Amino acid sequence: MKPGLNALFLPLRLAWRQLRAEKARLASAIAGVMFACVLVFMQLGFRAALFDSASALLASMRADIFLMQPLTTASFRPETFPRARASQALALPEVWAAVPIYMAQTTWRNPENGSRRAMQLIGFDMEAGVMGFPGLAPLLEALKRPDTIAFDRRSRPEFGNVARLLAERGPFQGQLGNHRVEIVGLVEVGASFGADGNAVMSEVNFRRLTTNRVATTVDLVAIKLVPGANRDAAIARLRQVMPGDVMVMSQPQLVAHERAYWENGTPIGFIFAFGSLMGLIVGMVIVYQILFSDIASHLREYATLKAMGYSNGFLGRAVLSAALLLAVLGFIPGLGLSWVLYAVVGKATFLPLAMDAIRAVGVFALIFSMCAAAGFLAMRKLRDANPADMF
Amino acid sequence: MDTMPVAVRGLNYSYGTGDMARPVLRDIDLTLAPGEIVLLTGPSGSGKTTLLTLIGALRAVQQGSCAVLGQELLGAKEAQRVALRRRIGFIFQSHNLLGFLTARQNVAMALELLPGLTEAGRLARAGAMLTSVGLGDRGEDRPDRLSGGQRQRVAVARALSADPGLILADEPTAALDRQSGGDVVRLLRDLAKQRGVPILLVTHDPRILDVADRIVAMEDGRIVQADGRTASGPRPGG
Ligand SMILES: Nc1ncnc2c1ncn2[C@@H]1O[C@H](COP(=O)(O)OP(=O)(O)O)[C@@H](O)[C@H]1O
Ligand SMILES: [Mg+2]
Repeated sequence: MKPGLNALFLPLRLAWRQLRAEKARLASAIAGVMFACVLVFMQLGFRAALFDSASALLASMRADIFLMQPLTTASFRPETFPRARASQALALPEVWAAVPIYMAQTTWRNPENGSRRAMQLIGFDMEAGVMGFPGLAPLLEALKRPDTIAFDRRSRPEFGNVARLLAERGPFQGQLGNHRVEIVGLVEVGASFGADGNAVMSEVNFRRLTTNRVATTVDLVAIKLVPGANRDAAIARLRQVMPGDVMVMSQPQLVAHERAYWENGTPIGFIFAFGSLMGLIVGMVIVYQILFSDIASHLREYATLKAMGYSNGFLGRAVLSAALLLAVLGFIPGLGLSWVLYAVVGKATFLPLAMDAIRAVGVFALIFSMCAAAGFLAMRKLRDANPADMF
Repeated sequence: MDTMPVAVRGLNYSYGTGDMARPVLRDIDLTLAPGEIVLLTGPSGSGKTTLLTLIGALRAVQQGSCAVLGQELLGAKEAQRVALRRRIGFIFQSHNLLGFLTARQNVAMALELLPGLTEAGRLARAGAMLTSVGLGDRGEDRPDRLSGGQRQRVAVARALSADPGLILADEPTAALDRQSGGDVVRLLRDLAKQRGVPILLVTHDPRILDVADRIVAMEDGRIVQADGRTASGPRPGG
């Protein structure tokens, strides 16, 4: 082995031999790191899941460009703007279709037990084929009938097991607000923060359900471009022609706008960042305690090594190696446990909790830094190992 | 004088600074010849340990000259002192072996500081060293499975394994019973003599004075008697 490698390998091996010698302490240190790991994974998982679900409705809308009122902070309580903006957009040659979208919330009566819950209504012109939700295409004809809706199969279970009822008896009557509606089928939208159940319907049926609304205002306009048109150029041109009462955004921008509201306009982002930080601090304290007491109870041995000619640097690297070994040894079971918890908790809460590589790498970096910080703090104790006091 | 493994001239040392300074070594002159075994005796608090830590480069020299294995320690940098320590074998009152390593791994720790040795080479050399202290068959045991005398023999093997130019020992028998204390010191003497390594050994123990080539007595920070007796000569009151 090369001398340079030895300078890293030998302290690492010493650290490993020391950790391994005390199984109970090693186990508690690993458990501490694992605990921090799981806590951070869960916090980040919840955070991502909530932000994902917050924007799930907008993310599921398949269109190139959207128009929205600049004062709209979140899609569950949109500000309206004149319907004429859709026709104005159509004047541009690269715009193939511009479809008004209407959104409102009303109460839904659970067809199984009669309980009521707030539901998001989404209405638009189905003919244009601009908005594609999975499952919508085969329902287009049925949704033309008066007072029909398609139910979001990913609504929370409190809305009732509509899928089972549909399978058993076919289209059936339900209640939205004070209206009787016919549920003709299922689409896939996804429960979101503002509304954990959705119903999709035609523009006409939306009007029939929301009679107190001014018919000439809309909440959102979805624009589809002619094939081959440049999206960014179209956005720039739309911004030129549109008056100040609408914002022109691509779909990613629309989703980001919605997320930004939940991240910055609510304490949700802070809560999860705080939770992650607490996990890291607890983990760091545990690792620090273990490393510190390891050094403190072996001061004579460390001092002996210094007397033998081992440098402070070597012993510092040994302590850091121990910290980083704990990071790796704690992260692996922590990752596995979090994976299992994601599946279990995701099933129970209907949140889209999923492990992804970027998050795993990120959490490992955090855990690694946490252990390194603990190692650097514990290293200060090495100064007490004074070889002059050995005799 | 350059060829002397230890050459101390006019060494003074105080603990504390300013008004709190308390001199513990005054005008010490001490020389060790190659291969010489010198015992340092004297009442507790007379400064023996302090002198040993200065010669061992474990403490910074304040005043006077202290040349060890050709390295002047007055004004020496930390890195120079660390490098010098690698050429000195230390034996402490307690064995100070690493409890989580086997006897052989403990000895090999002294060899990890030497360049150019493979792991197999280190372990072979550590094993041979353990054999020469009579523990060839205990190499895979951890210190907690060895007796006090055996542990101190492992410490002797560790101190000698890296071919040091000097052995420093401070009351190496203090924690041992009479029999094993005597055995360890005689073993140390024999191995050092074979290799021609000089030893400076601090002791209170009158039973081991016979291993010395020369005995130096200290009192209140000064050397009060440096006699050139041989190992065979009788000691008054010894
Ligand atoms: N680290 C220290 N700080 C302050 N005083 C010390 C320290 N070490 C030793 N002394 C004092 O220095 C004197 C010499 O101590 P020491 O060298 O240990 O003597 P010996 O080894 O002969 O017993 C004693 O009075 C002791 O109290
Ligand atoms: Mg002493």
